[in-house]
Amino acid sequence: MTALTAGARVAYYPGCSLHGTSREYDESLRAVAQALDIGVDEIDDWSCCGASSAHTTDHLLSVALPARNLAIAEAAGYDQVVAPCAACYNRLASARHAVAHETSIGERIPDVIGRPFANGVEVLSAIHFLQAAAATIKERAAAQRSNPFVDAKLAAYYGCLLVRPAEISVDDDPEAPRALDDLIAAVGATPVDWNMRVECCGGSYSVSRTASVVRLGRAIINDARKHEAEAIVVACPLCHSNLDLRQKAMTARGQAPLPVLFITQVVGLALGLPPEQLGLDRHFVATTPFLTRLHERTIKRQGEEARKQREAAAKAAAKAEKAAAATGGGEA
Amino acid sequence: MNATPRTLAAEIYAASGANAATCYQCGKCSAGCPMAADSSLRPHSIMRLVMQNRRQQALTDPSIWYCLTCETCSQRCPNGCDPARVIDALREMSLEAGLSQVPRTIKAFHRAFLEQIRSNGRIHEVGLVMEYKMRSGDLIKDVTNAPPMFARGKLSLRPERIRDTEDMKRIFAKCGVQP
Repeated sequence: MTALTAGARVAYYPGCSLHGTSREYDESLRAVAQALDIGVDEIDDWSCCGASSAHTTDHLLSVALPARNLAIAEAAGYDQVVAPCAACYNRLASARHAVAHETSIGERIPDVIGRPFANGVEVLSAIHFLQAAAATIKERAAAQRSNPFVDAKLAAYYGCLLVRPAEISVDDDPEAPRALDDLIAAVGATPVDWNMRVECCGGSYSVSRTASVVRLGRAIINDARKHEAEAIVVACPLCHSNLDLRQKAMTARGQAPLPVLFITQVVGLALGLPPEQLGLDRHFVATTPFLTRLHERTIKRQGEEARKQREAAAKAAAKAEKAAAATGGGEA
Repeated sequence: MNATPRTLAAEIYAASGANAATCYQCGKCSAGCPMAADSSLRPHSIMRLVMQNRRQQALTDPSIWYCLTCETCSQRCPNGCDPARVIDALREMSLEAGLSQVPRTIKAFHRAFLEQIRSNGRIHEVGLVMEYKMRSGDLIKDVTNAPPMFARGKLSLRPERIRDTEDMKRIFAKCGVQP
């Protein structure tokens, strides 16, 4: 993966969730891309990747639906496409892999989709996308005097779709990935060490088997809490819906809710973008108490720093005065 | 055509490249399966049915429809048997053979999902949930979530439709899929 620097352009595949229930993921990715001066151009007339329903029903269809979008991006001259939704990323990257490695499928695709297809477009998840710009993000976050994430403890939650199967994993180690943790560290926060980072949240069964999703989500949230995370950071709209929208059913009475943020929102805040621009008001678990806490901590930290600076300056002045007096005494 | 009927494992191998025949029943797949608590057959037992060529039972057991394809099993399988792919292949074969014992709600969801893609090219979440409710009979669940979702701008009433919807119909026809 090559670094994405200011002025770069990539094709953008938002997918259906980012045009609906997870529009804050779309908003925050676009805002971050704009702040980094990286162009994200929506693929013309893109269609749904088929998600879990297609591969459960027909393998060829599960490759053809993503391939259509890759073919359109390819024809438009792009060599990279960013698909922030983890399910879309998984389907697009899996299709690219299937076309490259399963000859029987690869040969049929151009005919099935009715377009030429050379399989030449690299698929990036949001994590890849931000990783490629990590140097700039780190520098800009560190330069923000009011970076709210200094001292914040965040749990990086990968789920399934970003790390499995291994061929499309965002990290070389699918069992103990670091890619998202490293981004959290890049903005100045502390990634917590916890156990549920690659467990499944129940994904697409949110609607059809809600009880399973609540059971799985509760285990994830409780573990994050046990390891003192102040928020969970995700890069998947399915994980987000399950953990955010359904969190009330997963939380015991009296327990404080745990906000669930997209990594693009975290990076956006660290770059100094306003919360409204990042869609932080669209969550079910209110993000305001968490943001307020971070803000208060930042102000306190800045106050401490200012006090230390003042004290150091006073000390230095006193020392200088003393030195001057001593020198003056010598002369007298 | 081959005169001798192929074993279930051989058929799955031919269709998907996943080799259930080399499973040695260590159970690591089931240990990590997030749905093991909810389904009657755990992944290693499904693998066992395939190895024993118990076709009817493997294709009709509802457990194959509980799999989330989270791929934890395939990731951890020490012998590369790919249980997630085996289960996906079983679901495809089960649908094809008309043997499907898929729980009504899950089938309803997949059908509604694919029908939307075929006709609009994109998923319209409100329409999807409505169609799912009609197909599954699960009318009441989650209705209280709708108003706050609208308030947060997360649901739109108008479906998005791609320009080239004919493209979708052609792709579905070429793959032989009728939702």
